Amino acid sequence: MGRVITVTSGKGGVGKTTATANIAAALAAQGHKVVAIDGDIGLRNLDVVLGLENRIVFDLVDVAEGRCRVRQALIRDKRTPELFLLPASQTRDKDALRPEQMVEVCDQLREDFEFIVVDSPAGIEGGFRVALAPADQVVIVTTPEVSAVRDADRVVGLVEAAEKGPALLVINRVKANMVRRGDMLGPEDVQEILSIELLGMVPEDEAVVVSSNRGLPLVMDGAHPAGKAFSDIALRLSGVEVPMTDLSDDGSIWSRIVRFVRQR
Amino acid sequence: MGLLSRILGLGQPSSKQVAKDRLQLVLIHDRVRISPAQMEALKQELLGVVSRYFDVDTAGVEVTFSQHQRENRLVAEMPVLPEARRQKGR
Repeated sequence: MGRVITVTSGKGGVGKTTATANIAAALAAQGHKVVAIDGDIGLRNLDVVLGLENRIVFDLVDVAEGRCRVRQALIRDKRTPELFLLPASQTRDKDALRPEQMVEVCDQLREDFEFIVVDSPAGIEGGFRVALAPADQVVIVTTPEVSAVRDADRVVGLVEAAEKGPALLVINRVKANMVRRGDMLGPEDVQEILSIELLGMVPEDEAVVVSSNRGLPLVMDGAHPAGKAFSDIALRLSGVEVPMTDLSDDGSIWSRIVRFVRQR
Repeated sequence: MGLLSRILGLGQPSSKQVAKDRLQLVLIHDRVRISPAQMEALKQELLGVVSRYFDVDTAGVEVTFSQHQRENRLVAEMPVLPEARRQKGR
């Protein structure tokens, strides 16, 4: 039976869709059968990030409303044959789907897939509730910024209230040099504030933009730091223990001096 | 502030520390859904109740939240004046 992992954040623009695409692609590359579901009805984007936008015939709402079978709506990624996409509808709005319909669709997919990764819309309203409903595990993506962490904290509380907790934390766009000079919250600060388990941290990486330009998830495209971080996250989700990469310490003498002086 | 201490970030708190402090404060109110004004009202009411039993040094009263993991705990600290002066409400 497959596991449903819902990726959410509260705040928009922190990299939810990028995280979903890369976690799903990495799990598939690691040999699992995976389907990524775009839960952002009306503002779909997972299709373009995965580079599968030209092959959509049916969508999630078509499946939920019985216009097609779930298999007819799935798009197989030819580059990673174990990866499938169930796209969102672009023409309907967020209220087109009820939580119980999402649960029903995911239950059908559980029979054929090991992992069902759901990309939640931003916000804490209806669309978020729909994406949360089928979750066995919730992953909260945030960036090391006050506004994103605040919204993430709200989502942590909502996930717990819905008895879907404890959620796991992904800290995205960590700028190691800013953390080093004390101008950005470090992963340990964010983790301490939110008090949920850290699943992974992802360094800021220009290759993320390039990969979304090309519609080719980073994890499919060589050894970029962010791609490596997402691959590690996928491994941890499938139960493999992978040590955290320390992004804040480049090991240079200068960074050691700064840390030494600060600690005093 | 000298150049060296500026480079090393001494002298004033780093913007990271400012962010952390601000977040911790704002999250207390987000989590328990209480405004600073309501906190003040709570403090006054608590003080009213406790004052029926003890002489409280009002200047030293502090009502705050402490956090352990995701559990929030209301902590009220009220300095009580010596027993000789405590004869009320009994």
